[in-house]
Amino acid sequence: MKKLLIYLKDYRKETILGPLFKLLEASFELLVPLVVASIIDNGIAKADNTHVIRMCLLLGLLAAIGLVSALTAQYFAAKASVGLATRIRHTLFCHIQSLSFSELDSIGTSTLITRMTSDINQVQTGVNLTLRLLLRSPLVVFGAMIMAFTVDVRAALIFAVVIPILAVVVFLIMLASIPLYKKVQAHLDSVLGITRENLTGNRVIRAFCKEEEEIQSFTQKNEALTGIQEFVGKISALMNPLTFVILNVAIIALIHTGAIRVEAGLLTQGAVVALYNYMSQILVELVKIANLIINITKSIACGNRIQTLLEIQPSITSVSASIPQTTDEIAVEFQNVSLKYHKTADDSLSNISFRVKKGETIGIIGGTGSGKSSLVNLIPRFYEATEGTILVNGADVRTYPLEALRKKIAIVPQKAVLFKGTIRENLLWGNENATDEELIAALTMAQGADILTKKEEGLDSKIEQGGKNLSGGQRQRMTIARALVRKAEILILDDSASALDYATEAALRQALKSITPEPTVIIVSQRTASIMHADRIFVLEDGVLVGAGTHKELLDSCEIYQEIYDSQFRKEEE
Amino acid sequence: MKNKTLSDIFSYLRKYRVLIAISFLIALISVIGTLYIPVLAGEAIDCIIAPGKVDFSTISGLLMTAGILAGACALLQWLMNYINNRITYRVVRDIRNDAFRKLEILPLKFIDSHAHGDILSRIIADVDQFSDGLLLGFTQLFTGIVTILGTLFFMFRINLWITLAVVVLTPISLFVARFIATHTYEMFHLQSTTRGEQTALIEEMITNQKVVQAFSQEQKTTKQFDEINQRLQKSSLRAIFYSSITNPSTRFVNSLVYAVVALTGAFSVISGRLTVGGLSCFLNYANQYTKPFNEISGVITELQNAFACAARIFELIDEPAQAPDAADATVLTGVDGDVCMEHVYFSYTPDKKLIEDFNLSVLPGQKIAIVGPTGCGKTTLINLLMRFYDINSGKICVEQKDIQKITRKSLRQSYGMVLQETWMKPGTVRENIAIGKSDATEEEIIAAAKASHAHGFIKRLPQGYDTILTENDGMLSQGEKQLLCIARIMLCLPPMLILDEATSSIDTRTELKIQDAFSRLMQGRTSFIVAHRLSTIQDADIILVMKDGNIIEQGNHRELLLQKGFYYQLYQSQFETEQNS
Repeated sequence: MKKLLIYLKDYRKETILGPLFKLLEASFELLVPLVVASIIDNGIAKADNTHVIRMCLLLGLLAAIGLVSALTAQYFAAKASVGLATRIRHTLFCHIQSLSFSELDSIGTSTLITRMTSDINQVQTGVNLTLRLLLRSPLVVFGAMIMAFTVDVRAALIFAVVIPILAVVVFLIMLASIPLYKKVQAHLDSVLGITRENLTGNRVIRAFCKEEEEIQSFTQKNEALTGIQEFVGKISALMNPLTFVILNVAIIALIHTGAIRVEAGLLTQGAVVALYNYMSQILVELVKIANLIINITKSIACGNRIQTLLEIQPSITSVSASIPQTTDEIAVEFQNVSLKYHKTADDSLSNISFRVKKGETIGIIGGTGSGKSSLVNLIPRFYEATEGTILVNGADVRTYPLEALRKKIAIVPQKAVLFKGTIRENLLWGNENATDEELIAALTMAQGADILTKKEEGLDSKIEQGGKNLSGGQRQRMTIARALVRKAEILILDDSASALDYATEAALRQALKSITPEPTVIIVSQRTASIMHADRIFVLEDGVLVGAGTHKELLDSCEIYQEIYDSQFRKEEE
Repeated sequence: MKNKTLSDIFSYLRKYRVLIAISFLIALISVIGTLYIPVLAGEAIDCIIAPGKVDFSTISGLLMTAGILAGACALLQWLMNYINNRITYRVVRDIRNDAFRKLEILPLKFIDSHAHGDILSRIIADVDQFSDGLLLGFTQLFTGIVTILGTLFFMFRINLWITLAVVVLTPISLFVARFIATHTYEMFHLQSTTRGEQTALIEEMITNQKVVQAFSQEQKTTKQFDEINQRLQKSSLRAIFYSSITNPSTRFVNSLVYAVVALTGAFSVISGRLTVGGLSCFLNYANQYTKPFNEISGVITELQNAFACAARIFELIDEPAQAPDAADATVLTGVDGDVCMEHVYFSYTPDKKLIEDFNLSVLPGQKIAIVGPTGCGKTTLINLLMRFYDINSGKICVEQKDIQKITRKSLRQSYGMVLQETWMKPGTVRENIAIGKSDATEEEIIAAAKASHAHGFIKRLPQGYDTILTENDGMLSQGEKQLLCIARIMLCLPPMLILDEATSSIDTRTELKIQDAFSRLMQGRTSFIVAHRLSTIQDADIILVMKDGNIIEQGNHRELLLQKGFYYQLYQSQFETEQNS
């Protein structure tokens, strides 16, 4: 939480002025009992009507000044807290964008979203309340004590004893409940998790008749949540009654002392009333704090969650800002590359070495889980190789600025993802400066020209979130076009033609050949038909490169390639 | 609508009516006690007049009473808070349980046609908001009202005229609060729409973060994000500031009330109608009395919000559930795999006809293939067979029994289903395989995994069969997940099979091996197969050719080719491209 507060630095003025005006308001409030005392001791005792009227007008004036100060304070508090939240949101968003794939894999999407949204909102509320009240309340409490000292030192000692006791009580209750609130949040996460599961996996759950079991496991998780909530509730419910009792004991002591002091002629009746009023002001203030503490405790828990996320360092960053020296001969080279996703897992890729010349078309084939996607994900440095070196244009990928490296590469991912917006906006992701002609040319090349003809508004046609208003095949062609717009040196198709029928795929291959200058193309596929025409084919098996060569060569020499080929073609001939 | 929500809420509260009654009773006693303490203090102050005029014995008596009262009140307050917490959290728990239970019996149509995020936010966020409002209502609304009434009562007892002055002045603070509340509503609305817009962007970009990074679009999306973020900052600032005016404004009114009390009180003391202690007690009350008004105005906004959330939850809970199993539904046993469909009509929406007068008769052990272009509605048939959706008219029978008269559970357990979309339950690999047979032994699980060629990669996972799979885990590829789904079926060996492009993400070599296992599995089992590649289903007994949701041709491979219809075309196009490529 603490580290988040540095984002308040642009609102230093507001952060300081807000509580200051609150202080002003509080000090005017603190004058009220003195004015009342004066009414009693001077006005009433001497039956001085004009004095009473003057003092009451003064009360009205104090109220008006209090109002103005309070409004100013509220404004500054709102400005600072909203500004802080905006800042944190921006920083967190940028931070998430800087995380590399392995961090994204391990953190998980749903908690990223809750942290970006509800956690930050909670922090905003907490900071706003803190600026407004948590500073005001101690001011009132200590102010009341100081005022009490000006009235009578002996009686004021009671204040000096009570206030530390109250502080300890409030602090202890807070200390006890912060970790509990964290637990509540974690339990809520698990209730959310199971609900989410049951929405996405509904068909499977019903097919296996697991409804009752799921209900039972939900009920259990829900019960656990309720249990911990009740437990926190029990503890934070102590705050009000405890402070109430302590203050009332103090009031009793105060009146008792007051009685003795008045008897001794050291104090007036009005002064006793004033002291009593100060004590009740503290009481009112503490009731407010008690209600706020819960809110603030929650914010601290949320703030800590945000901070934890911000402290995760992206494992992949640009080391240098300048583009390294490159050669033109070799587009991609792997030197003894190995990759492990988890420390404890087996190698996903082991000891892979190869060279791809510029303009070559490479096919990568292999079974499910053989490491095809892992291999291509290493080229744009989405993951860091555990061992070995990857070179693009002769330079180690780690020496490139990330953006410069990724600009060289256009990738069509396995999952066809589109974004809300227009067709044009989606295609421009490939290259912001592309002209409409270039966009249409790319779409045509991706065999997706019919997408435009079917939509009335052409490139300006709306795409819904996730591309829901397009068919699977259309989506895939859009993502291919998006990559083509980039006109990158290296084009990677990660098993991305699977939703296309054979004829379309063949036409796409043909079209790719017509691009000048010829890009280096890497096609990942499970279908022999998709890659058999490549200049060279790499065969992967369990993360090991077991064969490399042309279709013909591999058919002669690579047993696994033969098996894959046979599994697809012999059947057709039957 | 609002009355409906209210009565729904009350029906949940009814279960806790004893606790609620106790809570109210305690609130009443503790508030009166709390209010009586200032009276005692005031009386004590009246005994302290001047040197020599201090009545110590009365004072100590009064203070003693005050002390005991304070202790008792504190105890009661704690008890009340505890009970209120308990009521609220249990009501919320009950509502959540009901909502979730509903989720399991809602027709799939509802779940398919509603955004999951929306349903999720109802069960989680809305319920949470509701619980906050309810708790606040319990703790502050009732005590607030009692405090106001109690204060008025005590004030009237001390002095009628000053009390009247207070009563006349207080509505001003309510008016002020009301005025501000109606004017801030617009701003809050703007804030929540902007927030919604931002959440949508966050969800989209974070879910697809990998694509964003692949295209180096971080800066552009950040710009997009910042634009909304700026707007949110502006609207939040206005909403928060204007709503926070309420408190100081009502406090200002209260301070004026306080001044008026001081003025009239002081005159009353001078003219002898009030004691100084009485005045001090009065001023104290004037402070306390106005506080609940502020709180209540806050609570009412909060409650309105809570009711809005409750309405959204009850909307979900009140959603009509799927028709329960018929009263005379029987348990399907000894299934051989005899399935027949007679004059089946079905459509997802009334205005778009889909399946019309469809007839199909499947003998035990037959292999039925469903083919057609992407998006032609091949999965519709599966929805009907599994009774995920109910047909509009006609009859589907298994073992000559109408499936409407069979328990859903026994019907669904008769089918082994592998879908194109693989879904993993968060949990271990072992739990995921054993989902259909929770009492399976270790040997059975491993045998099933081996049969589906999953054993190899499972062994390579960090903790083997005990590896925990979590949401969007990068650990398993799509194909590996599919193998696990197949292992599930291999484990329970149900009498009938439904394979919806079950091997679409599996490489062909592995597929070949699985096909082998499948064909052993299919021996003597009726199976329905949705296929992309025609090559895999040429030996099917019946091939259903679908187009645009309708079944347009039906027959075996040879018959369909002879018809030279749509199937022939499909076959030719696939065959040709594969030959030419």
